[in-house]
Amino acid sequence: MRPQPEGSAPGRDTLPGMGPRSGRRGSDAASDEDAALLAELRAGDERAFEMLVRTHSAHLLAVARRFVRNDEDARDAVQDAFLSAFRALDRFEGGCRLSTWLHRIVVNACLMRLRTRRRKPEQPIDDLLPTYKPDGHHTAVFVDWSPSAHDALERTETRALVSACIQQLPESYRTALLLRDIEGLELDEIGRLLDVTPNAVKIRVHRARQALRTLLDPHFRQESRP
Amino acid sequence: MTCRELADFIMSYLTGDLAPEVRAEFERHLTLCGNCRSYLATYQAAVELSRRALADPAAGEDGEVPEELVKAILDARRR
Repeated sequence: MRPQPEGSAPGRDTLPGMGPRSGRRGSDAASDEDAALLAELRAGDERAFEMLVRTHSAHLLAVARRFVRNDEDARDAVQDAFLSAFRALDRFEGGCRLSTWLHRIVVNACLMRLRTRRRKPEQPIDDLLPTYKPDGHHTAVFVDWSPSAHDALERTETRALVSACIQQLPESYRTALLLRDIEGLELDEIGRLLDVTPNAVKIRVHRARQALRTLLDPHFRQESRP
Repeated sequence: MTCRELADFIMSYLTGDLAPEVRAEFERHLTLCGNCRSYLATYQAAVELSRRALADPAAGEDGEVPEELVKAILDARRR
């Protein structure tokens, strides 16, 4: 059995470095269904374990794929997450839903994988950032496609497009953006998880957002034309 | 304030962390520069799109779980 990474002690309802999303603690408490399932899990009921895995695997695999891109790594992260959760069942206090708890564990498992596996040199993000003339003006002319983009989100293919553009971001920038804008973590929390300063996180998030805007631009600019 | 400087201040502007005088310069530039107004609007849209696209359970991300993964997890638990 692999040793539990330091600083990621599942079983506490909030993992070190991953505080609860603000304002949601009360409404995110474990449900009666969770409580019943938890009792069965703690009693060692095999069907309960299978139910937990079958109920939550699809979502956890989707979350893992956002972070680690490689499908094998995503599956391994999900497996790691469930095994960590099984070991920590006695320490889960019910302060959040089981699904939320598992979600946090799989994010932590993904970050561990990203930290430890050997990485190829990351593609530079510079090509996706805005450029400027010597006087400080943008070189590009921008179109405000924001109104039509929000309407377009009703379509499945639009959501898939946005997801695909996020996947194109260089890894360290994608990770920062996912932790900030999707997981809702504060900059200092992200800094602790990624072992960088909060200001470095802020810069990464901002550049990731700028790069994402660049990737989305040609698609939504086309949509916004009358 | 140039367009370049405004772009560097966007994140602090959106979180309300700019000093009052810098915020005033930021907003003054926006009133004068339609290109930066479009850039800011699409920057904010990109953030919102990513949140909504990935928060939606029907986003197409959650597919079938490979049976071998379920089996591997349950087998590993029993070891």
